[in-house]
Amino acid sequence: MSKERERGMSVIVKTVTRLTVGLILLYGVYVVLHGHITPGGGFAGGVIIALSFINLDLAFGKRVSSGILSKEGTGVIEAMGALLFLALALIGMKYGIFFKNFMHPDGEPGELVSAGIIPLENIAIALKVGAGLFGIFLTLIAAQKFEAEKK
Amino acid sequence: MNAYMPYVLCLVLFCIGIFAILSKKNIIKIILGIIIAEYAVNLFLVMVAYKAGGRAAIFSPNRGEILPEVMVDPLPHALVLTSIVIGLATTAFMIALAIRLYGKYGTFDITRMRELRG
Amino acid sequence: MIELYVLLGLMIAGAVIAVEVKNLLSAVVAVGVVGLGLSVVFLLLKAPDVALTQLVVEIAAVILLIRATLHRDIASKFLGNRPFGAFVAFIFLVLTTYAGVLIFKSGMPPFGEPLMAVSRFYPLNALEGTGAMNVVTSVILDYRAYDTLGEATVLFTAVVGVLTVMRKMGRKKDLQENDE
Repeated sequence: MSKERERGMSVIVKTVTRLTVGLILLYGVYVVLHGHITPGGGFAGGVIIALSFINLDLAFGKRVSSGILSKEGTGVIEAMGALLFLALALIGMKYGIFFKNFMHPDGEPGELVSAGIIPLENIAIALKVGAGLFGIFLTLIAAQKFEAEKK
Repeated sequence: MNAYMPYVLCLVLFCIGIFAILSKKNIIKIILGIIIAEYAVNLFLVMVAYKAGGRAAIFSPNRGEILPEVMVDPLPHALVLTSIVIGLATTAFMIALAIRLYGKYGTFDITRMRELRG
Repeated sequence: MIELYVLLGLMIAGAVIAVEVKNLLSAVVAVGVVGLGLSVVFLLLKAPDVALTQLVVEIAAVILLIRATLHRDIASKFLGNRPFGAFVAFIFLVLTTYAGVLIFKSGMPPFGEPLMAVSRFYPLNALEGTGAMNVVTSVILDYRAYDTLGEATVLFTAVVGVLTVMRKMGRKKDLQENDE
């Protein structure tokens, strides 16, 4: 278990992961950015992005994934997502009400830049959900070694 | 009664989850029962929104192809969408509690967790 | 609608297997079957947003559950039932079925004919009101953004709860103080 956590899985898994993990991440970003046009949105896209990082962690071991994003980093990104969402809501106060869609008539419906602040809110939720889920995953994995020591 | 048949099957699924919560000793089985009951509730909300012969609540790029009158009800979809992600977070929290209880008592049996040990 | 009944039967069979099988790893895989069947049912009920979210969330939940139960020798130990709990569960199931029959008889709209008294507003006005093609997204992030804010709060609380329950710092010190 601990050896697998340090070095990762076999060379077949590593090769396939190296080929596909970028595509998974790209699909997650696509789902987030097109959330107001096609099915998907911040929730599903955020979970897909977190799953790409989880795939990297499971295949290559702890050292590679913690070099990209550590547990403290996930906390910072999650808080940034929450603050971005709240800031968008608070800017609406200047135009009248909380959560006012102040950028609304900004493009033809169906294009990527349209629907006002909805794409920005999608990005904020994706940051929050993805970083939160990856942080939970890292925490639950790190707990296993601690428990084995104690037993 | 045939018109309510999907609701009845959904109720059966909910009852299986409740049975697992109330009658199992293993704490992982209880967590699985909570997950199944939660799936049944989400399924019920989406079933209430379904309209026979309706379309998904997304407009087409060329206008006028999908009319708003034939769309299914989008409001329960939005509520279920947030409920699913909350369910994942609470599931992770329950797993963390189970791992911590295993570290303290050395078992997953909830009837033996009342005994105080060190 | 025969495929809906087939998938619901598959989900019920998967749920029974998940509850009754002795090996915990098999139970987790059976719950994964239930969740993936639920995703396809959502797709049949014309809810593609919910189907996509359910699919990816199910995969993440199965990964977390497998990491919680794998690499332990307790995965195959059978712990049994609580007899009194099973009795209470039986009474509860009878009452639930009775309440369900009462609800079905007292004028609930049948399957496939939603009421849509309030929510007729959203498909008619969402495209002009928000500019988003996806009505579900406009409901989540514009009309009912307060719900999403509350959801973000619950998610943040759950993450903080997991980090607090699983913390290493301060644990050993408490144990030593208790020993003394």
